[in-house]
Amino acid sequence: MSAIERLPEIDNGLLRFLTCGSVDDGKSTLIGRLLYDTKAILADTLHAMARTSERRGLETVDLSLLTDGLSAEREQGITIDVAYRYFSTGRRKYIIADAPGHEQYTRNMVTAASTANLAIILVDARKGVLTQTRRHSYLAHLLGIPHIVVAINKMDLVDYDQAAFERIRGDYLKFAATLGICDVCFIPLSALNGDMIVDRGDRLDWYQGPTLLDILEGAPSAHSERDERFRFPVQFVCRPQQAGDPRLHDYRGYMGRVESGEIAVGEEVLVLPSQRRTRIKAIEIHGRSLPRAIAEQSVTLLLEDEVDVCRGDMVVRAEESALVTRRIETMLCWFGETALDPQRKYLIRQTTRETKAALEAIDYRLDINSLQQLPAEHLGMNDIARVAFKLAQPLCVDPYAENRATGAFIVIDETSNNTVGAGMIL
Amino acid sequence: MSALALQRHSTLSHLDWLEAESIHILREVAGQCANPALLFSGGKDSLVLLRIAEKAFRPGRFPFPLLHIDTGHNYSEVIDFRDLRACQLNERLIVRSVEDSMRRGSVVLKSPGESRNKHQSVTLLEAIEEFGFDCCIGGARRDEEKARAKERIFSFRDEFGQWDPKNQRPELWDLYNARVHKGENIRAFPISNWTELDVWQYIERERLELPSIYFAHRRQVVRKGGLLQPVTDLTPACDDDLVEELSVRFRTVGDITCTAPVESAADTVARIIEETAATTITERGETRLDDQTSEASMEQRKKEGYF
Repeated sequence: MSAIERLPEIDNGLLRFLTCGSVDDGKSTLIGRLLYDTKAILADTLHAMARTSERRGLETVDLSLLTDGLSAEREQGITIDVAYRYFSTGRRKYIIADAPGHEQYTRNMVTAASTANLAIILVDARKGVLTQTRRHSYLAHLLGIPHIVVAINKMDLVDYDQAAFERIRGDYLKFAATLGICDVCFIPLSALNGDMIVDRGDRLDWYQGPTLLDILEGAPSAHSERDERFRFPVQFVCRPQQAGDPRLHDYRGYMGRVESGEIAVGEEVLVLPSQRRTRIKAIEIHGRSLPRAIAEQSVTLLLEDEVDVCRGDMVVRAEESALVTRRIETMLCWFGETALDPQRKYLIRQTTRETKAALEAIDYRLDINSLQQLPAEHLGMNDIARVAFKLAQPLCVDPYAENRATGAFIVIDETSNNTVGAGMIL
Repeated sequence: MSALALQRHSTLSHLDWLEAESIHILREVAGQCANPALLFSGGKDSLVLLRIAEKAFRPGRFPFPLLHIDTGHNYSEVIDFRDLRACQLNERLIVRSVEDSMRRGSVVLKSPGESRNKHQSVTLLEAIEEFGFDCCIGGARRDEEKARAKERIFSFRDEFGQWDPKNQRPELWDLYNARVHKGENIRAFPISNWTELDVWQYIERERLELPSIYFAHRRQVVRKGGLLQPVTDLTPACDDDLVEELSVRFRTVGDITCTAPVESAADTVARIIEETAATTITERGETRLDDQTSEASMEQRKKEGYF
């Protein structure tokens, strides 16, 4: 939904984050509160919410109405899909991926998590760490979200009791340690009353940490945290000889986005999978030459030598090659309505590359609630499993834990053309 | 938490990030689709798309033609600008008209005065079939409306052009799936993640030219249901209407019968940005007469093949 935005004074880029929890945890109220207190709700939207609240006999405006969904959802009383929402604070632009928390919609949570750099996991202060909390945390961790914020909500219903907060914090840390989640922080809050979301309120004096918005404003952008290796999957080859300009006759531009790392003119590079070695002759965008390109920038690379490069190839720095392989070990999330069929061939798309793939083995299926590893012969909708694939063509990969862009893939069913799975390379 | 750790690497500003994402999406369309088209109306969002297409594909030509579905009820300033821009860019522009569909009988108006806006879907599907387009690129944004907030960047449509919100393809990371069978279609939305303010800031930064009606001008209007209805040949004032001449500008431009201007003195992009940043009404709520009819009207239109 559209929102009032303030003009960025300091442009701290853009942060994508994910909210997970069920309706009962007050997730909609939390998002509504965040938008309301950052002055991001516009007059006509607020007016419509006030009218609906009044019609439902409420005394104050129900902020959760802001995330009220499609009529197809209201008919069934459920949230069927990830919704994206936008706001900006003057320092930063935010994209919220709002994932429904229902058990049967693991696929939505995985989808929302795939582009997020921070996850807010809601816990009801009265109920503590539930199976659902574990499931959300595991999925956030599996999808490589580097920062997890556990928002212990409804503190108003436990009299803002510090002991309740500490108990939940202790329980969560014990379980997080078993998953290997290390970057996690905890905030006590009341979305209903607005405590510790944008304003501190005056009922949580015992808590000295940052508010939710403080954390969002300070969280690092995706590529600012670690040294990353240069990865440039080629999307499109530009050969404009038909443009009629004789200077463009020999022009060959390799177009794509720097998925990670950075590169400068003159550096030695490898083209994968062919392993041909050359140098960067120029970096361009729309007729402008750049000395270097950084992560997430879409540019055109020109190379010193006439090497054969096409869509699906990847340019990397010569001393930092990726693994070129015809076999991948993965964690796979299955979304298809029909089960994964070990006899069938599927299509795998990774970066800008596509290959046919055959299932080699299912090592185990993971019970997402108990996190137990179980033997499995088939995978059904919303199952998560460790599987290996044989590939018809080589892929150029990094482990997902090291590089989300080159470690991720989707599985396509060639009969329906549907996306039936998503995986992370181990 | 390490959230406050020093940023070691340069990161892109929010506009640079959005632009880079949109370029990436356009190049994925070009890389994956055999015969795409870019929907171009002369409106501000599609003008932003054209600049992004230049950044994505120059010095080459665009790997797709521009396509406009003309209701025949557009402001002439916008149509002239559409033709000028296509000519400046030296790209191919295809125009298909709702009036042709009416002549063929595939569009039948309930009454002569009925808005042709929703009938664009029919003409669009006819154009898709005529040229065999497997993908149409559009300038829709997720912040416009709640049905759009849930739509994929690569949105699958069946052979009737229908969008099924309950059965969308999962879309993860930046791995888009544009595969379709013959007759089916992808609608790709490269500026899904932009807001209205982002669009205006980009127009300012890139010094993009716009049709004149985006800027404040004097126009005769009638106040109707909280909106300003422009007085035109198509939408004449009734006898009991109070006609006022006000300084107005359009925030969106579309079919004359369903696009309302707002009162404004903003005659430059910078002043529009100031107003947009301070506005308290959503873009569609203020200016689209077609979305006010029912809470679910966009969702309904999209299911029927609308953009």
